[in-house]
Amino acid sequence: MIYLRLFWEFFKAGLFAIGGGLATLPFLQEISASTGWFSEAQLADMIAVSECTPGPIGINMATYAGFLTKGVPGAVCSTLGLVTPSIIVILIVARILKKFQSNRYVQAAFYGLRPASTGLIAAACFSVMVIALFTKGTGEGFLAQFGAVRWHAVILAVVLWLLMNLGTLGKFKNNIVLKKISKLHPIVFLAASAVVGIIFKFAE
Amino acid sequence: MKELLDLFLTFARMGAVTFGGGYAMLPILQREVVEKRHWVTNEELTDYYAIGQCTPGIIAVNTATFIGNKQRGVAGGIAATLGIVFPSLVIISVITAFISNFAELAVVRNAFAGIRVCVFVLILNAVIKLSKSSVKDTLTLIICLLVLAGAVILDVSPIVFVVAAGIIGIVAKVLIHKDQAGSTEQEEEEVRS
Repeated sequence: MIYLRLFWEFFKAGLFAIGGGLATLPFLQEISASTGWFSEAQLADMIAVSECTPGPIGINMATYAGFLTKGVPGAVCSTLGLVTPSIIVILIVARILKKFQSNRYVQAAFYGLRPASTGLIAAACFSVMVIALFTKGTGEGFLAQFGAVRWHAVILAVVLWLLMNLGTLGKFKNNIVLKKISKLHPIVFLAASAVVGIIFKFAE
Repeated sequence: MKELLDLFLTFARMGAVTFGGGYAMLPILQREVVEKRHWVTNEELTDYYAIGQCTPGIIAVNTATFIGNKQRGVAGGIAATLGIVFPSLVIISVITAFISNFAELAVVRNAFAGIRVCVFVLILNAVIKLSKSSVKDTLTLIICLLVLAGAVILDVSPIVFVVAAGIIGIVAKVLIHKDQAGSTEQEEEEVRS
Protein backbone atom coordinates (compact mmCIF):
# COMPACT_ATOMS: atom_id res chain seq x y z
CA MET A 1 0.00 0.00 0.00
CA ILE A 2 1.99 2.97 -1.30
CA TYR A 3 -0.28 5.60 0.31
CA LEU A 4 0.19 4.13 3.75
CA ARG A 5 3.93 3.96 3.16
CA LEU A 6 3.95 7.65 2.06
CA PHE A 7 2.06 8.59 5.21
CA TRP A 8 4.43 6.56 7.39
CA GLU A 9 7.69 7.84 5.88
CA PHE A 10 6.61 11.47 6.28
CA PHE A 11 5.15 10.76 9.71
CA LYS A 12 8.67 9.73 10.78
CA ALA A 13 10.13 12.92 9.26
CA GLY A 14 7.54 15.00 11.11
CA LEU A 15 8.27 13.20 14.36
CA PHE A 16 12.03 13.60 14.35
CA ALA A 17 12.58 16.92 12.56
CA ILE A 18 12.82 19.49 15.33
CA GLY A 19 13.24 23.19 14.66
CA GLY A 20 11.06 23.77 11.65
CA GLY A 21 11.25 23.94 7.88
CA LEU A 22 14.71 22.99 6.71
CA ALA A 23 15.15 20.55 9.61
CA THR A 24 13.02 18.22 7.47
CA LEU A 25 15.71 18.21 4.77
CA PRO A 26 18.00 15.43 6.09
CA PHE A 27 14.95 13.20 6.55
CA LEU A 28 13.83 13.87 2.99
CA GLN A 29 17.31 12.93 1.77
CA GLU A 30 16.96 9.68 3.64
CA ILE A 31 13.52 9.01 2.14
CA SER A 32 15.01 9.72 -1.30
CA ALA A 33 17.82 7.22 -0.70
CA SER A 34 15.71 4.46 0.83
CA THR A 35 12.62 4.60 -1.41
CA GLY A 36 13.76 6.15 -4.70
CA TRP A 37 10.47 8.10 -4.86
CA PHE A 38 12.38 11.19 -5.93
CA SER A 39 16.02 11.98 -6.77
CA GLU A 40 18.48 14.28 -5.02
CA ALA A 41 18.20 16.67 -7.96
CA GLN A 42 14.43 16.74 -7.63
CA LEU A 43 14.92 17.47 -3.94
CA ALA A 44 17.05 20.50 -4.83
CA ASP A 45 14.30 21.69 -7.21
CA MET A 46 11.84 21.14 -4.40
CA ILE A 47 13.72 23.54 -2.15
CA ALA A 48 13.81 26.19 -4.88
CA VAL A 49 10.07 25.83 -5.54
CA SER A 50 9.31 25.92 -1.81
CA GLU A 51 11.18 29.16 -1.46
CA CYS A 52 9.10 30.67 -4.25
CA THR A 53 5.66 29.63 -3.03
CA PRO A 54 3.64 30.50 0.05
CA GLY A 55 3.29 28.14 2.97
CA PRO A 56 5.64 26.42 5.41
CA ILE A 57 8.69 24.99 3.60
CA GLY A 58 8.41 21.55 5.21
CA ILE A 59 4.80 21.21 4.09
CA ASN A 60 5.65 22.32 0.57
CA MET A 61 8.40 19.73 0.40
CA ALA A 62 6.15 16.92 1.63
CA THR A 63 3.43 17.89 -0.84
CA TYR A 64 5.90 18.08 -3.72
CA ALA A 65 7.45 14.69 -2.90
CA GLY A 66 4.05 13.07 -2.45
CA PHE A 67 2.78 14.55 -5.71
CA LEU A 68 5.82 13.31 -7.66
CA THR A 69 5.23 9.84 -6.25
CA LYS A 70 1.47 9.39 -6.54
CA GLY A 71 -0.27 12.56 -7.72
CA VAL A 72 -2.79 14.45 -5.58
CA PRO A 73 -3.72 11.52 -3.28
CA GLY A 74 0.00 10.96 -2.69
CA ALA A 75 0.46 14.64 -1.84
CA VAL A 76 -2.40 14.49 0.65
CA CYS A 77 -0.99 11.35 2.33
CA SER A 78 2.55 12.70 2.70
CA THR A 79 1.35 16.09 3.99
CA LEU A 80 -1.02 14.56 6.53
CA GLY A 81 1.77 12.20 7.58
CA LEU A 82 4.12 15.12 8.19
CA VAL A 83 1.68 17.13 10.34
CA THR A 84 0.17 14.27 12.39
CA PRO A 85 3.06 14.04 14.93
CA SER A 86 2.93 17.83 15.42
CA ILE A 87 -0.78 17.73 16.16
CA ILE A 88 -0.46 14.88 18.67
CA VAL A 89 2.58 16.30 20.47
CA ILE A 90 1.25 19.86 20.65
CA LEU A 91 -2.17 18.75 21.90
CA ILE A 92 -0.43 16.86 24.72
CA VAL A 93 1.92 19.77 25.50
CA ALA A 94 -0.99 22.23 25.49
CA ARG A 95 -2.87 20.06 27.99
CA ILE A 96 0.12 19.79 30.31
CA LEU A 97 0.79 23.50 29.97
CA LYS A 98 -2.78 24.37 30.92
CA LYS A 99 -2.51 22.23 34.02
CA PHE A 100 0.74 23.81 35.20
CA GLN A 101 0.14 27.35 33.93
CA SER A 102 -0.03 28.85 37.40
CA ASN A 103 2.94 26.88 38.70
CA ARG A 104 5.71 29.27 39.76
CA TYR A 105 8.43 27.15 38.20
CA VAL A 106 6.66 27.05 34.86
CA GLN A 107 6.06 30.79 34.96
CA ALA A 108 9.69 31.40 35.86
CA ALA A 109 10.80 29.16 33.01
CA PHE A 110 8.68 31.16 30.58
CA TYR A 111 10.15 34.40 31.92
CA GLY A 112 13.48 33.09 30.55
CA LEU A 113 12.00 31.38 27.50
CA ARG A 114 10.26 34.41 26.01
CA PRO A 115 13.37 36.53 25.43
CA ALA A 116 15.16 33.40 24.13
CA SER A 117 12.35 32.75 21.68
CA THR A 118 12.51 36.39 20.59
CA GLY A 119 16.29 36.04 20.17
CA LEU A 120 15.88 32.94 18.00
CA ILE A 121 13.35 34.72 15.80
CA ALA A 122 15.71 37.71 15.57
CA ALA A 123 18.45 35.31 14.44
CA ALA A 124 16.13 33.95 11.74
CA CYS A 125 15.44 37.55 10.76
CA PHE A 126 19.18 38.13 10.48
CA SER A 127 19.67 35.21 8.10
CA VAL A 128 16.79 36.45 5.92
CA MET A 129 18.47 39.87 5.90
CA VAL A 130 21.77 38.37 4.73
CA ILE A 131 20.03 36.66 1.81
CA ALA A 132 17.83 39.63 0.94
CA LEU A 133 20.29 42.51 1.18
CA PHE A 134 23.64 40.96 0.21
CA THR A 135 24.88 39.01 -2.78
CA LYS A 136 26.07 35.52 -2.06
CA GLY A 137 29.52 35.56 -0.47
CA THR A 138 32.28 33.09 -1.22
CA GLY A 139 34.34 31.07 1.19
CA GLU A 140 33.85 29.71 4.67
CA GLY A 141 33.20 31.39 7.99
CA PHE A 142 30.85 33.93 9.49
CA LEU A 143 31.95 37.06 7.62
CA ALA A 144 32.35 35.23 4.31
CA GLN A 145 28.59 34.82 3.94
CA PHE A 146 28.30 38.53 3.14
CA GLY A 147 28.93 39.40 -0.49
CA ALA A 148 28.40 42.87 -1.93
CA VAL A 149 25.55 45.02 -0.65
CA ARG A 150 22.51 45.04 -2.95
CA TRP A 151 21.80 48.74 -2.67
CA HIS A 152 18.46 48.65 -4.47
CA ALA A 153 17.31 46.02 -1.94
CA VAL A 154 18.50 48.15 0.97
CA ILE A 155 16.58 51.15 -0.38
CA LEU A 156 13.46 49.01 -0.76
CA ALA A 157 13.86 47.74 2.82
CA VAL A 158 14.19 51.26 4.22
CA VAL A 159 11.18 52.51 2.23
CA LEU A 160 9.10 49.51 3.36
CA TRP A 161 10.07 50.02 6.98
CA LEU A 162 9.16 53.71 6.84
CA LEU A 163 5.81 52.98 5.18
CA MET A 164 4.97 50.34 7.78
CA ASN A 165 6.03 52.36 10.80
CA LEU A 166 5.89 56.12 10.15
CA GLY A 167 2.14 56.20 10.78
CA THR A 168 2.67 54.84 14.28
CA LEU A 169 5.50 57.15 15.34
CA GLY A 170 4.91 60.23 17.47
CA LYS A 171 5.27 63.08 15.01
CA PHE A 172 3.27 61.49 12.18
CA LYS A 173 0.56 59.89 14.28
CA ASN A 174 -2.00 62.44 13.11
CA ASN A 175 -1.21 62.05 9.43
CA ILE A 176 -4.19 60.07 8.14
CA VAL A 177 -2.53 58.86 4.94
CA LEU A 178 0.60 57.54 6.69
CA LYS A 179 -1.56 55.97 9.38
CA LYS A 180 -3.68 54.18 6.78
CA ILE A 181 -0.59 52.92 4.95
CA SER A 182 0.94 51.52 8.13
CA LYS A 183 -2.25 49.57 8.78
CA LEU A 184 -2.26 47.85 5.37
CA HIS A 185 -2.20 44.06 5.30
CA PRO A 186 1.31 42.53 4.88
CA ILE A 187 0.20 40.94 1.60
CA VAL A 188 -0.05 44.46 0.08
CA PHE A 189 3.61 45.14 0.90
CA LEU A 190 4.60 41.66 -0.30
CA ALA A 191 2.82 42.17 -3.62
CA ALA A 192 4.32 45.64 -4.07
CA SER A 193 7.80 44.25 -3.34
CA ALA A 194 7.29 41.51 -5.92
CA VAL A 195 6.42 44.15 -8.52
CA VAL A 196 9.45 46.25 -7.56
CA GLY A 197 11.59 43.10 -7.76
CA ILE A 198 10.37 42.37 -11.28
CA ILE A 199 10.72 45.95 -12.56
CA PHE A 200 14.21 46.50 -11.17
CA LYS A 201 15.38 42.91 -11.81
CA PHE A 202 16.30 42.20 -8.19
CA ALA A 203 17.60 38.70 -8.82
CA GLU A 204 20.46 39.88 -11.02
CA MET B 1 -19.02 23.85 13.36
CA LYS B 2 -19.06 27.49 12.34
CA GLU B 3 -16.15 28.24 14.66
CA LEU B 4 -14.17 25.32 13.25
CA LEU B 5 -14.78 26.56 9.72
CA ASP B 6 -13.70 30.04 10.83
CA LEU B 7 -10.46 28.56 12.24
CA PHE B 8 -9.85 26.59 9.05
CA LEU B 9 -10.46 29.59 6.78
CA THR B 10 -8.43 32.02 8.90
CA PHE B 11 -5.40 29.73 8.86
CA ALA B 12 -5.89 28.84 5.20
CA ARG B 13 -5.78 32.54 4.35
CA MET B 14 -2.57 32.92 6.36
CA GLY B 15 -1.03 29.83 4.74
CA ALA B 16 -1.69 31.35 1.33
CA VAL B 17 0.21 34.58 2.05
CA THR B 18 3.12 33.24 4.13
CA PHE B 19 6.29 33.23 2.04
CA GLY B 20 9.40 31.67 3.56
CA GLY B 21 8.22 29.42 6.35
CA GLY B 22 7.24 29.61 10.00
CA TYR B 23 9.08 32.79 10.97
CA ALA B 24 7.61 34.69 8.05
CA MET B 25 4.18 33.67 9.34
CA LEU B 26 4.77 35.58 12.58
CA PRO B 27 3.88 39.11 11.39
CA ILE B 28 0.74 37.78 9.74
CA LEU B 29 -0.21 35.84 12.89
CA GLN B 30 0.29 38.97 14.98
CA ARG B 31 -2.06 40.89 12.74
CA GLU B 32 -4.80 38.30 12.21
CA VAL B 33 -4.83 36.34 15.45
CA VAL B 34 -3.51 38.78 18.06
CA GLU B 35 -4.58 42.24 16.91
CA LYS B 36 -7.69 41.53 14.86
CA ARG B 37 -9.30 38.48 16.46
CA HIS B 38 -7.78 38.55 19.98
CA TRP B 39 -7.57 34.76 20.05
CA VAL B 40 -4.16 34.86 21.79
CA THR B 41 -1.80 37.50 23.21
CA ASN B 42 1.67 38.41 21.96
CA GLU B 43 3.09 36.67 25.03
CA GLU B 44 1.27 33.43 24.29
CA LEU B 45 2.49 33.63 20.70
CA THR B 46 6.09 33.92 21.94
CA ASP B 47 5.52 30.90 24.19
CA TYR B 48 4.15 28.89 21.29
CA TYR B 49 7.16 29.73 19.16
CA ALA B 50 9.52 28.75 21.99
CA ILE B 51 7.77 25.40 22.41
CA GLY B 52 7.30 24.94 18.66
CA GLN B 53 11.06 25.11 18.21
CA CYS B 54 11.74 22.31 20.70
CA THR B 55 8.95 19.96 19.72
CA PRO B 56 8.86 17.82 16.60
CA GLY B 57 7.39 19.15 13.41
CA ILE B 58 7.08 22.41 11.58
CA ILE B 59 6.86 25.61 13.62
CA ALA B 60 3.95 27.03 11.61
CA VAL B 61 1.97 23.82 12.14
CA ASN B 62 2.82 23.63 15.84
CA THR B 63 1.68 27.22 16.35
CA ALA B 64 -1.53 26.65 14.38
CA THR B 65 -2.33 23.56 16.47
CA PHE B 66 -1.73 25.53 19.68
CA ILE B 67 -4.00 28.42 18.71
CA GLY B 68 -6.74 26.16 17.31
CA ASN B 69 -6.61 24.01 20.43
CA LYS B 70 -6.91 27.06 22.66
CA GLN B 71 -10.01 28.19 20.76
CA ARG B 72 -11.90 24.93 20.24
CA GLY B 73 -10.02 22.03 21.82
CA VAL B 74 -8.69 19.07 19.83
CA ALA B 75 -11.03 19.63 16.87
CA GLY B 76 -9.93 23.27 16.74
CA GLY B 77 -6.27 22.25 16.68
CA ILE B 78 -6.90 19.91 13.78
CA ALA B 79 -9.02 22.45 11.87
CA ALA B 80 -6.34 25.16 12.18
CA THR B 81 -3.61 22.76 11.07
CA LEU B 82 -5.56 21.53 8.05
CA GLY B 83 -6.18 25.19 7.23
CA ILE B 84 -2.51 26.15 7.28
CA VAL B 85 -1.47 23.24 5.03
CA PHE B 86 -4.38 23.46 2.57
CA PRO B 87 -3.02 26.30 0.35
CA SER B 88 0.38 24.58 0.11
CA LEU B 89 -1.26 21.36 -1.06
CA VAL B 90 -3.19 23.13 -3.80
CA ILE B 91 -0.44 25.50 -4.94
CA ILE B 92 2.38 22.95 -4.99
CA SER B 93 0.24 20.37 -6.75
CA VAL B 94 -0.72 22.87 -9.47
CA ILE B 95 2.85 24.13 -9.92
CA THR B 96 4.31 20.62 -10.03
CA ALA B 97 1.69 19.48 -12.52
CA PHE B 98 1.93 22.42 -14.93
CA ILE B 99 5.14 24.40 -14.59
CA SER B 100 8.22 22.23 -14.61
CA ASN B 101 10.79 25.01 -14.39
CA PHE B 102 8.84 27.40 -12.15
CA ALA B 103 11.76 28.31 -9.92
CA GLU B 104 14.00 29.13 -12.90
CA LEU B 105 11.67 31.61 -14.59
CA ALA B 106 13.32 35.06 -14.54
CA VAL B 107 10.10 36.80 -13.54
CA VAL B 108 9.65 34.42 -10.57
CA ARG B 109 13.24 34.87 -9.41
CA ASN B 110 13.02 38.66 -9.62
CA ALA B 111 9.68 38.75 -7.83
CA PHE B 112 10.98 36.61 -5.00
CA ALA B 113 14.17 38.59 -4.62
CA GLY B 114 11.83 41.55 -3.98
CA ILE B 115 9.54 39.55 -1.69
CA ARG B 116 12.49 38.41 0.45
CA VAL B 117 13.33 42.05 1.22
CA CYS B 118 9.75 42.57 2.37
CA VAL B 119 9.78 39.36 4.43
CA PHE B 120 12.91 40.63 6.20
CA VAL B 121 11.25 43.95 7.10
CA LEU B 122 8.04 42.20 8.20
CA ILE B 123 9.92 39.81 10.51
CA LEU B 124 11.98 42.72 11.85
CA ASN B 125 8.75 44.51 12.79
CA ALA B 126 7.42 41.33 14.38
CA VAL B 127 10.57 40.92 16.47
CA ILE B 128 10.32 44.52 17.70
CA LYS B 129 6.70 43.93 18.73
CA LEU B 130 7.54 40.65 20.47
CA SER B 131 10.48 42.14 22.33
CA LYS B 132 8.13 44.64 23.97
CA SER B 133 6.35 41.82 25.77
CA SER B 134 9.29 39.48 26.31
CA VAL B 135 12.19 41.81 27.14
CA LYS B 136 11.17 43.38 30.42
CA ASP B 137 14.38 43.94 32.37
CA THR B 138 18.17 43.66 32.14
CA LEU B 139 18.27 39.88 32.52
CA THR B 140 15.73 39.23 29.76
CA LEU B 141 17.57 41.71 27.51
CA ILE B 142 20.83 39.82 28.11
CA ILE B 143 19.16 36.46 27.39
CA CYS B 144 17.64 37.81 24.18
CA LEU B 145 20.93 39.28 22.90
CA LEU B 146 22.99 36.22 23.88
CA VAL B 147 20.59 33.86 22.13
CA LEU B 148 20.55 36.10 19.06
CA ALA B 149 24.36 36.18 18.92
CA GLY B 150 24.65 32.47 19.71
CA ALA B 151 22.11 31.41 17.09
CA VAL B 152 23.74 33.60 14.43
CA ILE B 153 27.32 32.56 15.08
CA LEU B 154 27.15 29.00 16.44
CA ASP B 155 25.71 25.99 14.69
CA VAL B 156 23.71 24.71 17.67
CA SER B 157 20.17 23.36 17.86
CA PRO B 158 17.59 25.91 19.09
CA ILE B 159 16.63 23.40 21.79
CA VAL B 160 19.88 24.14 23.62
CA PHE B 161 19.06 27.86 23.85
CA VAL B 162 15.45 27.32 24.85
CA VAL B 163 16.29 24.81 27.59
CA ALA B 164 19.14 26.96 28.93
CA ALA B 165 16.93 30.06 28.98
CA GLY B 166 14.19 28.17 30.82
CA ILE B 167 16.67 27.07 33.48
CA ILE B 168 18.03 30.62 33.83
CA GLY B 169 14.46 31.83 34.26
CA ILE B 170 13.80 29.33 37.05
CA VAL B 171 17.09 30.08 38.80
CA ALA B 172 16.57 33.84 38.59
CA LYS B 173 12.90 33.98 39.51
CA VAL B 174 12.33 31.10 41.92
CA LEU B 175 15.63 30.33 43.57
CA ILE B 176 17.09 33.82 43.91
CA HIS B 177 13.97 35.96 44.34
CA LYS B 178 12.50 33.81 47.07
CA ASP B 179 11.10 36.89 48.78
CA GLN B 180 8.69 37.54 45.92
CA ALA B 181 6.28 34.87 47.08
CA GLY B 182 5.32 33.79 50.55
CA SER B 183 7.41 30.98 51.99
CA THR B 184 4.34 28.91 52.83
CA GLU B 185 3.34 28.83 49.19
CA GLN B 186 6.75 27.60 48.26
CA GLU B 187 6.68 24.84 50.85
CA GLU B 188 3.35 23.71 49.46
CA GLU B 189 4.90 23.63 46.01
CA GLU B 190 7.71 21.41 47.24
CA VAL B 191 5.36 19.03 49.00
CA ARG B 192 3.32 18.67 45.83
CA SER B 193 6.31 17.89 43.67
